[in-house]
Amino acid sequence: MRLVLEKRAERSQPMALLSPVIAIALTLVTGGIIFALRGLDPFHALFVYFIEPLTTSWSIEHLIVKATPLALIGAGLAVSYLANVWNIGAEGQLTAGAIFGAGVPVFFPEMQTPLTLILMLMLGVLGGMGFAAIPAFLKNRFSANEILTSLMLVYVVQLILDWLVRGPWRDPQGYNFPKTIGFSGWQTLPSFQILPPSIGPLYVNLGAIFAVLAAFALAFLMGRTLKGFELRVQGVAPRAGRFAGFSRAKTVWFCFLLSGGLAGLAGICEVMSTVGQLQPGISPGYGFTAIIVAFLGRLNPIGALVAAFALAISYLGGESAQVALGISDKTARVFQGMLLFYILACDSLILYRLKLIGPARLPVESRA
Amino acid sequence: MEYLLEALHVTKIFGTLKANDDVTLRVKPGEIHAFLGENGAGKSTLVKMIYGALQPTAGEFRWMGRTVSIASPAAARKLGIGMVFQHFSLFDALSVADNIALAMPGAFDMAKLSERIARVSKEYGLPLEPTAIVADLSVGERQRIEIVRCLLQEPKLLIMDEPTAVLTPQEAEQLFRTLARLAKEGCAVIYISHRLEEVKRLCTNATILRHGMVVANVDPTKETASSLARLMVGGDIHVVRAARTDGGGAVRLQLDRLNLDAGGPFSVALKNITLDVHAGEVVAIAGVAGNGQPEFFDAISGERRLAGAAMLVIDGKPMGHEGVNARRNIGAAFVPEERLGHGAVPAFRLSENIVLTRHSSDGALVRMGLMRKDGAGTVSERVIKAFDVRKGKPDPEARALSGGNLQKFVVGRELDRQPGVLVINQPTWGVDAGAAATIRQAIIDLARQGSAVLVISQDLDEIFEVADRIAVISRGQLSKAYPSSDLSAEKIGLLMAGEHEVQETRHAARA
Repeated sequence: MRLVLEKRAERSQPMALLSPVIAIALTLVTGGIIFALRGLDPFHALFVYFIEPLTTSWSIEHLIVKATPLALIGAGLAVSYLANVWNIGAEGQLTAGAIFGAGVPVFFPEMQTPLTLILMLMLGVLGGMGFAAIPAFLKNRFSANEILTSLMLVYVVQLILDWLVRGPWRDPQGYNFPKTIGFSGWQTLPSFQILPPSIGPLYVNLGAIFAVLAAFALAFLMGRTLKGFELRVQGVAPRAGRFAGFSRAKTVWFCFLLSGGLAGLAGICEVMSTVGQLQPGISPGYGFTAIIVAFLGRLNPIGALVAAFALAISYLGGESAQVALGISDKTARVFQGMLLFYILACDSLILYRLKLIGPARLPVESRA
Repeated sequence: MEYLLEALHVTKIFGTLKANDDVTLRVKPGEIHAFLGENGAGKSTLVKMIYGALQPTAGEFRWMGRTVSIASPAAARKLGIGMVFQHFSLFDALSVADNIALAMPGAFDMAKLSERIARVSKEYGLPLEPTAIVADLSVGERQRIEIVRCLLQEPKLLIMDEPTAVLTPQEAEQLFRTLARLAKEGCAVIYISHRLEEVKRLCTNATILRHGMVVANVDPTKETASSLARLMVGGDIHVVRAARTDGGGAVRLQLDRLNLDAGGPFSVALKNITLDVHAGEVVAIAGVAGNGQPEFFDAISGERRLAGAAMLVIDGKPMGHEGVNARRNIGAAFVPEERLGHGAVPAFRLSENIVLTRHSSDGALVRMGLMRKDGAGTVSERVIKAFDVRKGKPDPEARALSGGNLQKFVVGRELDRQPGVLVINQPTWGVDAGAAATIRQAIIDLARQGSAVLVISQDLDEIFEVADRIAVISRGQLSKAYPSSDLSAEKIGLLMAGEHEVQETRHAARA
């Protein structure tokens, strides 16, 4: 007896779109079981985890804050993965972006003009791109596997950040805490009221607007431009891409610079808003969670925007469950992991069917 | 025991494709039994089941009258079934004896094995030197290793999958003598081929497959090549009309001492290739597979750039340093051998596949970096109409088309541009006879309108049908191009065996 995966003749389009929904449902069911095993009422726990964070305008703002970096990074990763370029190191590029952009207030703390804002954002993007250029170069020059190099570089830049905020960049008035000076004024992101006051106050910062712009710009790029066509061809048929005269090396560069730049932007936006300074742990793993966002969003930039909210809820739920239920906020990681597992499983079962093969009829022959 | 092997109502389904549909056939001891059929008729699936590499979905096999389940190739070998695949599984860096030893079950004495290899191979007219390193051997000699490897296990049934596809005519002759001798000793041979003359000469029984079903079981010696072809194809074949020209037009494609390093350990370097293709003529490159054809195509198409600009001249412009799109933009067009994944993107719609090769040369498809879907749709419809591409829905994905229809589309996409130079690799590989005739006719018509056409093919019938001049490629070297009327099959065979090769290189390689 053995199980085999047999390729289906045709992949079902409705199922491909339904797959994230099924995955989310399975994740909730499994989560409920886990809560029940911990002796909690599963329905109450799931309510606290996934519904309560959406009940106040304050929590919606919070949700958008969490979703912003996920959507920014997820959109870039979706494009890369479609082109068969596997940037797994967005977390590192986020950190590099944050470091580069934070250099401005660290070295010129007195500089308070609109230029400060623009400069910090630009350096953030450049930092992410520069750091993403390393795996791109290694891939093109030495054929080094970009999954490994981009992932390993995450830990390198996190150690650099650690060293900076404990050493040269430490706030002299910061009581030896590992952090830079706090950012203020033009060193932070402006916020905007996006709903008319009659409905209620809802503020979002500039980062959220970047995330929406990025999603639509990349959707246009993939759907309507020759560049998008080039990326899609390389993703599914590299040999045909070469025949079309598309350069694989350029695609690797393009994807890493794009996704790295967006991750860098996400990083600098985080330190310019939520965090407000440079310190270790500027991100609760946004760069890695964005991988799930990209897949949950069907490797579509707009889809990633939607999926970012689903994953953002898991972060928020983790926080509120810690308060209300007294369970670790690491539960968020568990939910994210289950979600990725189920989405990949659903996707596999859309392309393949599981088949049980019976034992051979004449075992004597098969033993030979 | 009347029959050695019987297949009874064997069906094999892949997804929704019935590769074999209720196949019943019987093989007697000592007969050479041909499996005939076009590409995709189900021959390979059937033998893979006999050899235990695939399991039937329904039906059963009987071996010497007893129902058996052949669970694996090892089980098949234990029964006494040996198989020589089209693609060899040999380690280049090891000796002949090492390669054979690796496949031997249980313990053995290496010295005795070498002695046995030498004896058996000589006995059957397939002489092999046990200490020779595989990398130094020709394709024909490598095939001998595979055959001898089977013979050492004293098989009762030997399966040969398109054995002559990689052989020169002289090597094929030798193989036929060996097979005839084996049959005389009582070993049955299943011989897969689509070369009808060979089957008529060699086989005493032929099972003909079409669309996975057995359509006939005949004695090939009593049939004519054309009656066999009709059974295989299921209809009369359209004959290509080719008015020969004198080839006096201007040179449109010129290769001048073209050299290209082997791209990897398994590819062939191109050496000093010189060839002129004139306006109005079709020049064909003949040659056995694996002698540098893919590298040759990549070099001309620009998928790999050349060291010298003047190595490749299109319409008087040196293009060796330019990429594939620059070459297309001055009027060249290319059709690669592999349709799915090289010539077309399987998961993309036909209209998107139009853009693949025409995005840089056709303003109606792309403007200022933006794709124009209506433009691509118009071109796609035009190609579909001109080449009678049959499809299920309006704009299907490329992979949904049959091989012949997709090939017509891929060829039509290039011809629609009215290219001045067309380079086409294996134009009708794996294509049904009707589509093949359409494509060959289109190639000839293009040349007669003043374009230069270069066809790379391993199918000699096709070459003689379309070509005005023929050159032969062997180990990366190209012979001079002869007018096709001056070339006999025998002369081509000698050229395929490397008659024209510059000998120093071979000595250098051996040293």
